[in-house]
Amino acid sequence: MKKAFDVVVAGAGPAGIAAAVTAAAQHRRVALVDDNQRPGGQIWRSGASLPRPARVWLSRLEASAVEHLSGTRIFDHPAPGVLCAEWNETAMELHYEKLVFATGARELFLPFPGWTLPNVMGAGGLDAMVRGGLPVAGKRVVVAGTGPLLLAVAAHLAARGAKIVAICEQAPFARLAKFAAQMSRYPGKLLQGLAYRLAARHSRLYCGCWPISASGSTALESLTLRQGNRTWSVACDYLACGFHLVPNLELAELLGCRIQDGFVAVDDLQQTSVANVYCAGEPTGIGGVEMALVEGQIAGLAASGSAEAARKLIPQRRRMLGFVDALRRTCALNPELRRPAADTTLVCRCEDVPFGTLREHTSWRDAKLHTRCGMGPCQGRICGAAAEFLFGWGPDAVRPPIFPALVSSLAAESTNPNKSMEDA
Amino acid sequence: MSETWDVVVLGAGIVGAACARACSLRGLRTAVVESGAIGGGATAAGMGHIVVMDDSEPQLALTRYSQQLWMALSDRLPPQAEFESCGTLWVAADEEEMQEVRRKQRVYASLGVATEILDSRALREAEPHLRPEMAGALLVSSDAVLYPPCAAAWLLEEAIHFGAKLYAPRTVVSASAGHVRLDGGTELTAEHIVVACGADSVRLIPELPLRKRKGHLVITDRYPGLVRHQLVELGYLKSAHSLTTDSVAFNAQPRRTGQILIGSSRQYGAEHTAVDHAILKAMLARAQLYLPALGACSAIRVWTGFRAATPDKLPLIGPWPADETLFLATGHEGLGITTSLGTGRLVADALSGAATEIPLEPYLPVRGPIEHSSSTHPAAGGLHA
Repeated sequence: MKKAFDVVVAGAGPAGIAAAVTAAAQHRRVALVDDNQRPGGQIWRSGASLPRPARVWLSRLEASAVEHLSGTRIFDHPAPGVLCAEWNETAMELHYEKLVFATGARELFLPFPGWTLPNVMGAGGLDAMVRGGLPVAGKRVVVAGTGPLLLAVAAHLAARGAKIVAICEQAPFARLAKFAAQMSRYPGKLLQGLAYRLAARHSRLYCGCWPISASGSTALESLTLRQGNRTWSVACDYLACGFHLVPNLELAELLGCRIQDGFVAVDDLQQTSVANVYCAGEPTGIGGVEMALVEGQIAGLAASGSAEAARKLIPQRRRMLGFVDALRRTCALNPELRRPAADTTLVCRCEDVPFGTLREHTSWRDAKLHTRCGMGPCQGRICGAAAEFLFGWGPDAVRPPIFPALVSSLAAESTNPNKSMEDA
Repeated sequence: MSETWDVVVLGAGIVGAACARACSLRGLRTAVVESGAIGGGATAAGMGHIVVMDDSEPQLALTRYSQQLWMALSDRLPPQAEFESCGTLWVAADEEEMQEVRRKQRVYASLGVATEILDSRALREAEPHLRPEMAGALLVSSDAVLYPPCAAAWLLEEAIHFGAKLYAPRTVVSASAGHVRLDGGTELTAEHIVVACGADSVRLIPELPLRKRKGHLVITDRYPGLVRHQLVELGYLKSAHSLTTDSVAFNAQPRRTGQILIGSSRQYGAEHTAVDHAILKAMLARAQLYLPALGACSAIRVWTGFRAATPDKLPLIGPWPADETLFLATGHEGLGITTSLGTGRLVADALSGAATEIPLEPYLPVRGPIEHSSSTHPAAGGLHA
């Protein structure tokens, strides 16, 4: 199956939705591609109790002429202007004049003894499951990790009746205070933070604190927390744990976009180093929803040839860059977080590779080859970032398929008519 | 600072590791130098098929010799080497290819390799997912598969256990006249320098008759039992592969994990590691032709590698005439995993002045033309790297 569009937008989170809606308003034929069934990305997943901007943009998407290709997973980029995707076990070829990718970010998980127990979950992951209907009323929940997401998740779970036993932020108090002070430049964000804190006001916020082990017979029953030299245990039913976000860069790397300091390098119009390819949202820097929406609109306009209109939004984006920076500094991980992992703690859950086995190796590639770490179906998406933090190993080069794809889909790929271009 | 050794092996791929093991077992003071991960080059890209091949008499001699050495070692290999005696099935698509099956059986029998001819029905029982109209196959039960990087690491561990010293990750700056210079200024002095750097050997000796021959491999998610033997097509009769152009052939291997490795492709003149979509597509189309069920399997990774290919498809094992302190152990094309152990023994015997168990002459770096058997198997020697 072959489909051609003026603009293909990869990723239907806030940045992707904004880009697609904006480009469609410029009368471009637009596809919005995402492997989830519903638009919204990780942050606006599922319809219930969504914030106002989400409702606004989702209804704009609904009303637009954007062709929403849901349940469609992009796995390869065989030639400039072409993406290969899979939908319902069927191979699909997407041709584009311009591409906007807004592939979002994923939570960083750090291994500690017991982290693979049932009911130890990602912060965003538990939040999404609760939005999807998991009841948490009366359940004791610890929220741990780093970043503003923790407060948002705690507030939401508290509103659903969960008892938030503790909120553990790895950043020290001084850094959080500095961050809060900087937020005076972003009153909206400050207010939102306060509202979250207020909603979870009955729970205690510990700074410079993180879980060092989890235990339970068949599922999580208790957690040991550490703050400074003090360690103590708390009984709990769920741990919502996330050490901030790492950008999804697989497609960026496959496309050959320049990556700088861990993020996709873009100019003022969100143009990447590759012709006709734009990037918006978290892959350019973790900045949250508002930033993603502005970047998405800039990219959507620029990809539609409306550079003038796009430029008008640049100041809005620039104002928010300070926030991205402050967030990055605040969430910088304490090196002490490398210590909880024991030799027997699994790092790679696909291939059951423990920390102690990995420690004997000298590089990510070396570890992969000799332990199978990162060689499972998740392709190292979870353990790769953890290994990078734990051992300082840089990632391997990205190769297609960037997601598992059927053999028949790989065999159906269109081939580059100008092979030499690829080999160049 | 200079350290003195009997033998310095350059390269800790599976061939280098096997050479180091054999030399240190022989009591030679041995050092090994590797710039990257152990078994991280063609070894990691290879399929790990231990296969007896009969393109030429010397190839048959070396692969058979090596396969027997692997069998002898198999009980001692660690679990992560994933050694499985699954055997090879040479699949014949039609009656014409069945004649080749019978010819092959005679050749193998002459060396004492037991084989069994499967007719169409027996083949269906042995491999129910193969396309049912296949004419039959030759089963070579003594062939096996393993996971090459871990096998190489184990061979190296053994070498170290017997006294070898590993320099890694260290890059060789120069190697000649009994001297090896490493980055950082270390000088090694050796009576013999074994060059086992695969296709990269030309970096040290530009005149070597080696070319990179690119290959692609695909690995699937876990489908235990879908494939039971290493499957290789005999279909070269129709696809008329030549030694010079790009080609693909059907090759599928069951891993201990239940995953399936799919090959194979061969390309000259492709120096870039990027996946070549045209070749990948052709390779997978061919694989599905033989094994239709593969189409519905989830492929989780694709990778490429470079075989070190010689004009006559035989490795280069022996002293390099221009500098007799250099002893070559390279050019193993797609058979380096199989022939690593045989190569190691030939090297150790030659360097310690012992008689080799098979004649070394056919593999000497300077040699006359080789007589190939009427057929050549483009498919096996696997996609390997």
